[in-house]
Amino acid sequence: MGSSGERLFEGADWDFQTLQRIHDACEEVARKELGLDVYPNQIEVITAEQMLDAYSSVGMPLFYKHWSFGKQFAFQEASYRKGLMGLAYEIVINSSPCISYLMEENTATMQTLVIAHAAFGHNHFFKNNYLFKQWTDADGILDYLEFAKGYIAACEDRHGRETVERTLDAAHALMSHGVDRYPGKKTLDLRAEEKRAGERRQHEEAVFNDLWRTVPNTKAKSKATLSAERRRALLGLPQENILYFLEKTAPRLQGWQRELIRIVRHIAQYFYPQGQTKVMNEGTATYVHYRIMSRLHQQGRLTDGNFLEFLQSHTNVVFQPEFDDRRYSGFNPYALGFAMMQDIERIVKNPENEDRDWFPDIAGKGDVEGVLREIWSNYRDESFINQFLSPALIRRFRMFHLHDDPAESQGIKVDAIHDERGYRRVRRELARQYDVGFVDANIEVMDVDLDGDRRLMLRHTTVKGAQLNETDTRRVLQHLADLWSYDVALTEVDGTDKVLKEYVVSPRAAAVAA
Amino acid sequence: MVMHIVDRRLNPGSKSLENRQRFLRRAKALVQGAVKKSSQDRDIKDVLEGGEVTIPLDGMDEPRFRREGGTRDMVLPGNKKFVEGDWLQRPNQSGGKGSGAGEGDSEDAFRFVLSREEFVDLFLDDLELPDLAKRKLAETESEGIQRAGYATSGSPANISISRTVSRALARRVALRRPRKDEIEALEAELAECEDETRRRELLTLLEALKAKAKRIPFIDPIDIRYRRFETVPKPVAQAVMFCLMDVSGSMSEHMKDLAKRFYMLLYVFLKRRYKHVEIVFIRHTDRAEEVDEDTFFHGPASGGTLVSSALVAMNDIVRTRFRPADWNIYAAQASDGDNMTSDSGVTGHLLTDKILPVCQFFAYLEVGEAANYTFDMPDSSLWTLYERLRNEGAPLSMRKVSERGEIFPVFQDLFKRRSTSQERV
Repeated sequence: MGSSGERLFEGADWDFQTLQRIHDACEEVARKELGLDVYPNQIEVITAEQMLDAYSSVGMPLFYKHWSFGKQFAFQEASYRKGLMGLAYEIVINSSPCISYLMEENTATMQTLVIAHAAFGHNHFFKNNYLFKQWTDADGILDYLEFAKGYIAACEDRHGRETVERTLDAAHALMSHGVDRYPGKKTLDLRAEEKRAGERRQHEEAVFNDLWRTVPNTKAKSKATLSAERRRALLGLPQENILYFLEKTAPRLQGWQRELIRIVRHIAQYFYPQGQTKVMNEGTATYVHYRIMSRLHQQGRLTDGNFLEFLQSHTNVVFQPEFDDRRYSGFNPYALGFAMMQDIERIVKNPENEDRDWFPDIAGKGDVEGVLREIWSNYRDESFINQFLSPALIRRFRMFHLHDDPAESQGIKVDAIHDERGYRRVRRELARQYDVGFVDANIEVMDVDLDGDRRLMLRHTTVKGAQLNETDTRRVLQHLADLWSYDVALTEVDGTDKVLKEYVVSPRAAAVAA
Repeated sequence: MVMHIVDRRLNPGSKSLENRQRFLRRAKALVQGAVKKSSQDRDIKDVLEGGEVTIPLDGMDEPRFRREGGTRDMVLPGNKKFVEGDWLQRPNQSGGKGSGAGEGDSEDAFRFVLSREEFVDLFLDDLELPDLAKRKLAETESEGIQRAGYATSGSPANISISRTVSRALARRVALRRPRKDEIEALEAELAECEDETRRRELLTLLEALKAKAKRIPFIDPIDIRYRRFETVPKPVAQAVMFCLMDVSGSMSEHMKDLAKRFYMLLYVFLKRRYKHVEIVFIRHTDRAEEVDEDTFFHGPASGGTLVSSALVAMNDIVRTRFRPADWNIYAAQASDGDNMTSDSGVTGHLLTDKILPVCQFFAYLEVGEAANYTFDMPDSSLWTLYERLRNEGAPLSMRKVSERGEIFPVFQDLFKRRSTSQERV
């Protein structure tokens, strides 16, 4: 390592040359020592105000305009000004080149930390984790967002802001049910997507002929002849991607409205992996920055003072309050993730007997980086915790499992603790908390009453007795009905198909679909 | 690998501004509701300050399918003393900590900060200056005069000496006009010179120089520059607001409070339109005096009631201090409606001949006791008088108010944006 021993910077000040030096030093460690494989980096320096801006558009550099982002901005600005909320040091975007935003207020040490964390840790994870590979298109996302922004602005000019806003509101309400949970036939190609939208539009314009508009539609096939089975097969039912279903089959939506739904759906899909890999993603990035910073310090490129400053921030980031602490709000993904990565390092290097029993595949294997890279590529939070949460870590966090059955008058039961009997149960329960299939309500489009009043029928299969919040559900269904433009019915059933509750909502007079 | 650094700090900031505006537009009705409500209980001066508002989430919410209840399982860190099989008391409140415990529930109101501008805009939205007979004056622009560089022609009074002289100097230098001391020096030399050939030389030189000096004038007409002036329309950016109030014994504290609120709203409203707003307080019993704000609202006074006295006082003040050409004049009169019957004629004349012609707006607010239904009462003498004047075409606005809550609606009603063709109330 040629330039070892040479200080990267002195004091807290930095300029662009410093950033370049820092980046190069980090890259050396990241590639040679950790064997990371990253997208090209782009580092953007921004102000605190711009950071706030970025917050309210889900961290993306360009995003379409919508009031809900303004609401978020107003809210965040209020809490920031009051000092209730600090700003993140950095935001990183899953794109190629991988864009990391650095705040100008950061000291040189913090910039080093952030570059190591985001530009290498997150970057490697984005590029290699199977979920991101499967569901996101890093090369296309920025262009696609640009397209989406332009398209929505054009729609506003053409169809009026309010109409567009109503459609977007409705689509946003269903966003969490606008993702494909299982890989389809082809991977997402957002660039082609943008081109296709353009072509569709052009085609429509080219073939538009007002004469045809007035010709009565050909009579549909006699619906009675379609058996229920066949109908459902044709409509692709049951379908859990509600937005997809609407885009393809809602009877009275206009072309541009379908395109808006498509955009919202694509964006939801783009963020889908992030929700499933919070612990792993942050754990990876934190582990990577810790390794890089330690190495730089060891090489003498960081002074002891810089390193202490880093350690202080690092400790704050990986702090896990206990359950009875006022600061507790669930597991801190940084803390859990980092602890697990370090624990895996320990198991690979110096396993105890217990670890050999629990993790025969990796215990004592020696190649820490190789094992970790493998894990980073092939797991998501749920499977990661289910496989790699070790008894040692359960003991260290002193985890315990509570079971709260409302029917039980005695109270909340302590179901498992960090002992021989409890390890597996604690681990399984914790993993379930990160299971997206379990976190989002399981709602499916079941059928459409094509013979009758075109009612759209949905079903929510409850898990462990948790039902939908009534007020919110009515509102979401209202949005759904507006898009569908006929009645929408939702049935809640338990595991044995017993009906628990039924909702029926009719579209509003000034419905979205014209 | 190549790494790019981009400095975004200089990019235009407030990318979220448009989103924020969209949000405010959407929240407008709610915010206005909140503002109106608070303006009924709060001092209106505080309202002007803007600041934090809280609006209900209703209508601004973003609903999602959200589950609640049922059996819950959670894994927590930091066990201290529990062993398997222990039973814990449920916390008193439902929705303790745990996975996804009703995030939305605790946030049934949404709190954020409005800037002063945004606040006042929303507060006074849909209001505008009344459509008056003297409307032209409301938008009055008096002509102002402004320097606008130099011109080659103009009135002699506007000659710019310095500019003219400096141009002349430049011209003289450029054309090498012989200087006076140069000629004088040659003349002196000539006077002392003995040598004939030299004398001749000097003489020709002198002559040539003098001729040149004559050809090139010290100041030429083309040097002359005039100061140029332009007339620019100058909006009258100042307004004066007259608060007239009856303070005779029959006016209760409640009535004065109503009047005060109305004046404040008017002040806020005018303040938004004019750069400079002055307030004149005139209180009257059977005689009127100009007083300061505190005396106006709280000073004790007693006596009969002569409305004309206040109008006389106002007229005097307008004449001496507020030239109608320079000032937009607004007046609001509050009274319980009592007036000496003998005063009616004088009041009517004063109003129609002197006061109304110079005013942009004259509002009469008849204040009554709380829960005293003014509608059922016979119209007061002042009301009757003003109503007659109005029916005769005088540009008067009048309303009756007896409850605090009515102030804002009445105010809004008076200044509501309406099409010009519509008849004024």
